[in-house]
This record gives sequence, structure tokens and C-alpha cells, in this order.
Amino acid sequence: MKAKSPVFWPVLGLAALVLLNAVHDVGFLKISFLEGHLYGVPVDILTQGSRTMLVALGMTLVIATGGVDLSVGSVVAIAGAVCAVLLQGGHSLALTLAAALGAGLLAGSVNGLLVARLGVQPIVATLILMVAGRGLAQLIVDGQVIIIKSTGFEFLANGFLLGVPVAPLLVGALYVATHFALRRTALGLFIEAVGDNETASRFAGLAAARIKAFAYVFCGACAGLAGVLAAANIRAADAYRAGENMELDAIFAVVVGGTALAGGRFVILGTAIGALLIQTLTTTMYNLGVPPAIAPVPKALLIIGVSLLQSDKVGRWLGGLVVKKAGA
Amino acid sequence: MAELLELRGIGKSFPGVTALAGVDFTVRAGEIHALLGENGAGKSTLIKVLTGVHPADTGEIRLGGQLIRPAAPKEAEQLGISTVYQEVNLVPSLSVAENITLGRQPGRFGFLNWRAIRRRARAALARLEVECDVDAELGSLSVARQQMVAIARALDTSARLLVLDEPTASLDEKEVAELFAVMRRLKADGLGIVFVTHFLDQVYAVTDRLTVLRNGRLVGEYATADLSRLQLVGRMLGREVSAADFTPGAVAAPVAAAQPVLAARGLGRRGAIAPVDLTLHPGEVVGLGGLLGSGRTETARLLFGIDAADSGSITFRGAPASCGSPREAVRLGLAFCSEDRKAEGILPNLSVRENLVFALQGKRGAWRALSRTEQAQLCEHYIKALRIKTADAETPIRNLSGGNQQKVLLARWLATQPAVIILDEPTRGIDIGAKQEIEQLIAKLRDDGLAVLFISSEIDEVVRNCSRVLVLRERRLTGEVAGAELNSERLMHMMAGTHE
Repeated sequence: MKAKSPVFWPVLGLAALVLLNAVHDVGFLKISFLEGHLYGVPVDILTQGSRTMLVALGMTLVIATGGVDLSVGSVVAIAGAVCAVLLQGGHSLALTLAAALGAGLLAGSVNGLLVARLGVQPIVATLILMVAGRGLAQLIVDGQVIIIKSTGFEFLANGFLLGVPVAPLLVGALYVATHFALRRTALGLFIEAVGDNETASRFAGLAAARIKAFAYVFCGACAGLAGVLAAANIRAADAYRAGENMELDAIFAVVVGGTALAGGRFVILGTAIGALLIQTLTTTMYNLGVPPAIAPVPKALLIIGVSLLQSDKVGRWLGGLVVKKAGA
Repeated sequence: MAELLELRGIGKSFPGVTALAGVDFTVRAGEIHALLGENGAGKSTLIKVLTGVHPADTGEIRLGGQLIRPAAPKEAEQLGISTVYQEVNLVPSLSVAENITLGRQPGRFGFLNWRAIRRRARAALARLEVECDVDAELGSLSVARQQMVAIARALDTSARLLVLDEPTASLDEKEVAELFAVMRRLKADGLGIVFVTHFLDQVYAVTDRLTVLRNGRLVGEYATADLSRLQLVGRMLGREVSAADFTPGAVAAPVAAAQPVLAARGLGRRGAIAPVDLTLHPGEVVGLGGLLGSGRTETARLLFGIDAADSGSITFRGAPASCGSPREAVRLGLAFCSEDRKAEGILPNLSVRENLVFALQGKRGAWRALSRTEQAQLCEHYIKALRIKTADAETPIRNLSGGNQQKVLLARWLATQPAVIILDEPTRGIDIGAKQEIEQLIAKLRDDGLAVLFISSEIDEVVRNCSRVLVLRERRLTGEVAGAELNSERLMHMMAGTHE
């Protein structure tokens, strides 16, 4: 029996959700071309989901090493705050972007240092920055919501390139680049090996600590760039709300996408689909008029559903049902 | 004697494999019965059927004449079938008493009766005549002691049949003797004992009868005294074995003139091993002998940079070298097969291919990735050369038998083309056929000019394979024997500290 592709269930979940929407509202799938731009709900989902996708990309590697990064939401806020302050101060866009990326790299390095070198539990290590990071972001913007006025900056989140929205293009390109960087080199193998059996990896001559640290640094960089997109999207740095609960969405996306929380094998494509699944659900609930306060409930149900489908136990049970029916 | 346990016509299939077909198995009360066979013979499956882990597809089980059908380990336990598994299945952070009574603690309304818990634990240990503080944390005890606790736990229920699944794999000789004394006492009490082991010496030392399985079928049931060792091995392998199979060619004498490839001077670490001098020449197999806990593995770990030495120095091909981490050691040209395959060797969920190329890829670094073709060539070469049994190179390594996993790990190191290879218990827990193949491989590596440091608990194996043996006792190097003086008796005396 050929093993099922790891993205089978997330793709099925996404398809079912899209179908549900299409039945409810025929216009859901409609994509139109207006004034040289693509418009439509699917395009919105891609644009709005790009930030979670980006954060989840970094999270995939961290989870594959057997860790987790809870600080990504706060890093999003920090990066946004850095952008706002620099742009307000009249600095160039290039410097601003470099500084935001640098903030992400720095945050990731702190996490990497704590986890890989000092051996702090990943949850505890990244919880530190999760809590302290938001305070730091507040400090940078002095507790204010800073409005950003920069067309170039705004273009990153809301612009169009040849009619296609820029943000998903950027994130898509990063996914493809990451995939090749991991699979064409041995980096992907090393990350999976560290997550699968760290001691054995070390005993085989691998610098396991360095590989783990790399995952956190990469994750920080992704969160930094996501912070740029988040600030550009609302044209403001909101240190209090930016990236709120994003760590949870990212972890959901990774796990729903087929990467085990215990570490080891990772599925980059699965993460992208997982992130889109979550964004589609958010959009669906918005379309159906579900009040935001109870929106997390259906989200939780979906995640439970997909996770159950991925469990071997449930799979065997379902398989048994099918066989019984076929036999009857 | 009464038949305590009777299994008739047991069959069990898993998707794609027939694990057992028409197997009969009988154990009498008051006997120790060995269950033997190579890996994949069906021993584990038979035990699992018996203990209710996997229900049998066909056949019947009778215990004391009564038809039983255990559907879960707990049920089997209640019927009087208790099992001690190869790896101690206890909770290291709990006390001895808690471990013995875990899951069946006396108490009321969710409150534990600590006095009763301790009393029961003491009684269970007293039955084995084992002295042990029941309040000690289990993890602080030696593996042998933990094993005794596991047996005490198994007997805490009113067991009639005790299944010991490779209980001696990590015990030294003295501890094995202790275990055997316990087994004989229980036998005298009228218990039936099923004893699964890879050590033939132990079969002859302690069992009354034995059953041999091969490829999921029954080969036969014999009285231990009626079957010679050679006949037994023949039954297990399914072919007649000549005595020549077990005596390797004359072990090449070390080339004294050659420069040592690896030399350690005064290498030591407090609490692990007193300073050791050690030289390895190309083309020789040097044994590291000693009982469990004598410092063999500790010495290997210092050489390979897993633990930091606090004294001494290492020279590699005459030049001072630093071995601060396995990474540096691998780059020098060292390789180390750990004794703990599961925890320190395999990457369980990754494929045979990924496991096999892993050390070489690690040596090359992340950027110089081996191409798919190069990887396929390496796999093809080693799967054939070492006769690794696997469906294909993409199978997760955890699906392979212990012996084949070990071969993949050997291939992992050979692919790095090392100058020195340290093998820590390379034949532990694997079947005779694979064992012989690994011994042949060691001889071949030696002839190819590698320096091999060979660690084993089996004295005969050390004598067979090594041209020189360094003996460790109580965490210090106590002697060296080579050439004509090297024989089991002398080695045993040196290990025990009774020579001269």
C-alpha cells in the first residue's frame, strides 16, 4: 500500500471549506479582473493569510527540531514598531526593512541562544520574549499607535504586481526559496535528524546545537518580515494588537499541515495549506456573520477535526468502517 | 510434570507478513523453558500473543487446562501470566515501592495506603531474596537491580507463569548469576518460567527445556541436555553449522613497526575512568574487556569527544589532536557505534537511506549535499555488501530488525571511510546469523587497514575477534593481554581481578 501524501487531509479540509462557501455564496469563488488588478474572495484570503503563512514557515523549522517558538507574535509587534519609528524619522525604506529584519534575526538569536546553547526548555525560553517582547514594542513606539505614511511601504502589503497582490507573491517566493534551500542542501535532513533523535545526530558528528539555533534565527527573521507586512497592511504600528495570537495560528498551521509537534519530518507545503485553511475559516466566519467573539470555537473544531484525521488510530478505525461496509 | 501452559496451533498475521503459523508451545510448572530463534523467528510475537498484546488469529491457549483468551496485558496478568520486558518498563523517578505496586496500589477513595505499599513491596522483594531499600528512587539503582524490581513487580500479582524477555541483555556476569539464582528459586516454588535470550551459555546454564522457532514456525521442542550447542545453532539457523564457523582465521598480529593511528596518554575523567594509555595501530582489532560498569563505554566516549576528558591528550597519526566533540572526532577520521542503538544510534523515523548517508553528509557539511544518485549508490553498495534486509532504501529504519538496524549504522560509519572505528557492543541483541556477519565484517575492516576498538561483554567474542585486549576493572585499566596469552580463562581472571 502506498503511503498517503502528508498533505492529503489538509488539502481535503481546505477543499471542503471552499466547497461549503461556494454552496453558501456562489460569488465566493469568483475572481474578477478590475482596473488591472485581480479581485475576489480567494485573492483576499491569499493576501490576508500571507502573514500567518510567513510566520508558520519559520515555525515549521522550529517545530521540526522538536521545539516551539511562542515569541513570534511579539516579534511581529517589535518589527512593526521599528518600521513605524524609522519611517516617521524620515529614514529610507531600505534601511527600515533591513532594521525590521535585523530585529527579527536578533530576537531569533536570543531564542536560539537560550534553547540550543543554554538548554532552556523551548516553551520557557520563547515565553520570555513573548511577554517581554510586547513590552519592548510598546517602549519603541512609546505606547502610541503610530500611523505610517509611506506608499512604498504600504505597497508591500496592499500593492499589486502585474495585477497580482504583492504580499502573497513575496511569501510564495520565500516558501519556494526555503524549500529549495532545505532540500537541495542537507540542511533539511539535518533539521529532521535533530528533531527525530538529537543525541544520535550529535553522536554522528552533527553540530546539533547549531542546527537548532539556525531554526530559531530563521523563525525570528520570518516573524520580522511578517511584522513589516502586518504594519504595512494597516498602515500603522499597533504594539498592543499586532501579531496577537499569531503564534497559535502558526502552530496550528504547522500541525494541521502534517508536521508532528514532536519534531522530525516537516512538510513545508502542508504548512502553507494549513495557514490558508485557517485564513479561509476566518474569512468564512466573517462572511457568515459569526460574531468575532465566538469565532475561535469553529476554528477549534476544525483543528480538532483535521488533527483527528491525521491520527493513525482514527485512521485505522475509519479504515475499519469502510472495510466493514464494503464487506456487508 | 503437569503442563502449565499449552499453546496449540497459534497463527498470527500482520498486513503483508505471517508472523506465526501453527506454533505449539508448552511450559510445565516448575521448569525454566527457553524460547529461541533468530530475529524475525516469531519469539516476540508469540510472547505478545501469550500476554494479550496481540490476540492470536488462530489456535488456542490453555493455562492450567483452562482455555483462556487474554485480550490485554492486564487480563493476562490477572490470569497469572506476568511479563518482564527487555527494556525495563518502569518509572525511574518513582520509588521502588511505588514501581512495584503501580497501577494496583492498595488504598481507599483515591488515597494511598503508604504502609501497605511498602509492606507489599518488601514482601515481593523478600520472595526473590533481594535486599533493596523500597524507598530508594528506582533510577538511582543499577540496571540489574531495576530488573529485579521489575521481576518483583511481575510477581506481586499472583503469577503462575513468568515471561522474561531478554532480561540479561544489560547485566554483567555477577548480576546474571544473581538473576539465575532468583529464577531457580521461583522454579522451585512451582512457577513456570519462559526465558527469551540470545546467550547460548545462559540457555545451557539455567533452562530445563527449550523451544526453537524459525520464520514464524515451530522447529521443535527439546530437553536442553539432549541438544548440543552446535545442533541448537543448526536448528536456529536452519542449516548445519560447522565448528569452523565460530573460529575466525588466525588473528593477524599487530604490525609493531607501524605508527599508531590513534594514541591516548593519560586520558581520564573523574568519576568515569582513571587515566588510561591506549594505542591503536592500523590493521588491528583491540578489545576493551571488562565487566559492565568497568569503564569500557566511558573510555570510548572520551576518545570520541562525547564527554570531555579532564586529563591526558590524544595524538592522531603522530600529531596532537583535539577531540572535543563527536564532530571533531568524525573529522579526524574516527567512528563510534554506540551500544545503545535506539537512543544514540538510529534516527527512527527517517529512512534507511537518510540514516546511512547521515554521518558522511554531516562530515561534508550542509552545503555540499550528496546528490540523489550518490546517495542511491552508497545505499545500493552497502545494502548489498552488508546484506541489509530491507524492503527498500526509503523504508523508515525503525521497521528493520535490530540486526539490520545495526548493519545500517555500521554502513553509516563505513561510508565516512574512517581510520579508526570504535564498536561498543556491536552484536548486542541481534541474532546469530547477523552476529557472524558482523564478526566477518570486523575481520575484513582489519584486513583493509582500519584500527578497530572492540567492546563486548561476551568473552568468547572478544577472544575470537581481537589480537590484543585491554582489561578494565572498576574504572581503571588493569592489564593487557595479547597473542598466545589471550584466552577466555585468562581474560575472565583479569576481569574478575583474580589473575596472578
